Amino acid sequence: MDSNLFPEGVKRCGLPKFLLWMVFPTIILLWGAYAAAKIFYYGIGVTGLDNYFGFGLWITFDLAVIALGAGAFFTGFLKYILKIDQLKNIINLAVILGFLCYSGAMLILTMDIGQPIRAWFGYWHPNVHSMLTEVIFCITCYCTVLIIEFIPIILEQKQLNKIPFLHHFAHHLHVNMALFAGIGTFLSTFHQGSLGGMYGVMFGRPYAFREGFFIWPWTFFLFVLSAVGSGPVFTVLVCTLIEKMTGKKLVEYKVKALMGKIAGTMLCVYMFFKIIDTWAWAVGYLPTVGMTFDQMFYGNVYGQWLLWTELVLCGIVPAVMLITPSIRNNPSLLYTAAILDCIGVSINRYVFTVQTIAIPVMPFDNWEIYVPNWAEWATSLMICAYGALVLSLCYRYLPVFPQEVKLNKK
Amino acid sequence: MQQMEFDTKWTMVVDVDKCTGCGACMVSCQAENNIAPMEEGSNKLKTLTWMLVYELNNGKEFPNREVAYLPRPCMQCGHPACVPVCPVVATTKDEEGGIVSQIYPRCIGCRYCMAACPYHARYFGWLDPVWPGGMDKALSPSTSTRPRGVVEKCNFCHTRLMDARARARSEGLDPNKLPDGWYQPACLEACPTGAISFGDVKNPEHKVHELVKNPNAFRILESIGMDPQVYYISRRDWVREQSDNHVAEDKH
Ligand code: SF4
Ligand code: SF4
Repeated sequence: MDSNLFPEGVKRCGLPKFLLWMVFPTIILLWGAYAAAKIFYYGIGVTGLDNYFGFGLWITFDLAVIALGAGAFFTGFLKYILKIDQLKNIINLAVILGFLCYSGAMLILTMDIGQPIRAWFGYWHPNVHSMLTEVIFCITCYCTVLIIEFIPIILEQKQLNKIPFLHHFAHHLHVNMALFAGIGTFLSTFHQGSLGGMYGVMFGRPYAFREGFFIWPWTFFLFVLSAVGSGPVFTVLVCTLIEKMTGKKLVEYKVKALMGKIAGTMLCVYMFFKIIDTWAWAVGYLPTVGMTFDQMFYGNVYGQWLLWTELVLCGIVPAVMLITPSIRNNPSLLYTAAILDCIGVSINRYVFTVQTIAIPVMPFDNWEIYVPNWAEWATSLMICAYGALVLSLCYRYLPVFPQEVKLNKK
Repeated sequence: MQQMEFDTKWTMVVDVDKCTGCGACMVSCQAENNIAPMEEGSNKLKTLTWMLVYELNNGKEFPNREVAYLPRPCMQCGHPACVPVCPVVATTKDEEGGIVSQIYPRCIGCRYCMAACPYHARYFGWLDPVWPGGMDKALSPSTSTRPRGVVEKCNFCHTRLMDARARARSEGLDPNKLPDGWYQPACLEACPTGAISFGDVKNPEHKVHELVKNPNAFRILESIGMDPQVYYISRRDWVREQSDNHVAEDKH
């Protein structure tokens, strides 16, 4: 029915089947929208957050998706600036994912701040000392860059592209993409870093506080490195998921392995510094504030197992797997490493947001446990559903995968 | 961030050994600062308790058990963790006297300051304040009420400082050199045991000037270096030992 909207030369399932699939994410989306409406109407008292945990699932989710969305800027940087041409086969997906991750994070933030209508104060009364100010500026600018990068993909839709003006417009945007990729890289690096910096400067919170270089605590650099060490493989995972769901080959395995190699290399660099950082923090910094390494952990939710899983199972292991050609060239091993890598970075973001503030710094204070409630889950899942919907539409109607026709020739 | 020094440094000194944990300071704080009662107060982590009384104990079993009560307002840190992180300059420490201010109409409710403050001195308005049964008619006229969605905290009853200064002006005195006792926060006034003292630590005529030199005076978390303007006094070792984190081999 809608076949003349499909990209040139590809096959897609029938419209009823597609609509049936779209029902699932839509239900979740509506559930989340209901929660969001409640939150806007009654205030965020309806969530599981409290005075002890001002930051919770939402901020963890934001930080994690932003890290995983780093595939967009880093792949763009490699493709347009370092001219690694092979990446053109996956760059569209990386851009779309980046856009979804960032816009999703911004949607969550509108709920998360207590006074959404004052959100613009961040630009109007900026505090130059606050890392969050840097985040606010960079995130908005970078989201704009992502929109600019996304537009030509939309304009290449078969019917839209027939309109001469849109065709030329898209072409010009493409020609200048290196410029946008450059700006995007700069902005994204900075705010990935500032997100890390946000925690690293909290000198009242020994779990997160780090000394650093100039105004930037070490976490600034660690967050950038961990994001580029995981973003590219997240793109690979999503690509593979779409392949599995549609039963088509979309991107050559070589390209995926290359993305794995890139992420693996960055992950190795990250792990090197992360281990040094953790060591210096445990034996150097903590004693100066009278705390010990063991005091940083508690029970299961805040147990040491998290740290070791993050560093070893989801850090060193995938790093080694990804840089070893024979492992990387085996699809199931590559995907396993990619999953571990993404879990690792998510654990990192979780402990920095939740564990950091769960630790009782005053000796007579208690550990508190934070459990997100349905309203936080619903809204976070809403963002995932939004991503699934947009991605499905893009896959169906936009020429996202340049290799699709060639790879699926019978 | 550079630390600012002021000619006046409003300081609170709490004698922990005198505090009976009655909670009068908490109640008077709620009343003075127009803090709405919570409809559902069972979740203590969602209530607004600018002044919170902690219960400490010596870790021993009965009959050797001892308890102490430690009231905790905002410490008005000399080197506050909450100020540099605020993206919109809604909280600052730049007024004579060194009270960390909180500008409610400016705050966007990001709660970064709450994450930064290890004393848990900041509170967020999770839900709309509700004033049951005509209680709104008894609100204090000198303090603003806050909408939901902003962070609030103790400000040493700053409006009382304004009043004291006004009185000084009308009596021809220097409003920046208030006599001892002219400016008293609500918690101090309500305390039945006289555990709380308050004044300008830099003014030798004020009682707190001497009190902070007491060998039993201490501040919470000195090692983190936030330089609080709230001091405590206790003659009991086990109380002082709980003021800061110390690794086992490095006792007082
Ligand atoms: S006690 Fe907390 S809220 Fe008060 S000034 Fe210090 S850091 Fe800020
Ligand atoms: S919650 Fe308000 S005062 Fe606190 S950091 Fe955010 S904007 Fe500033």
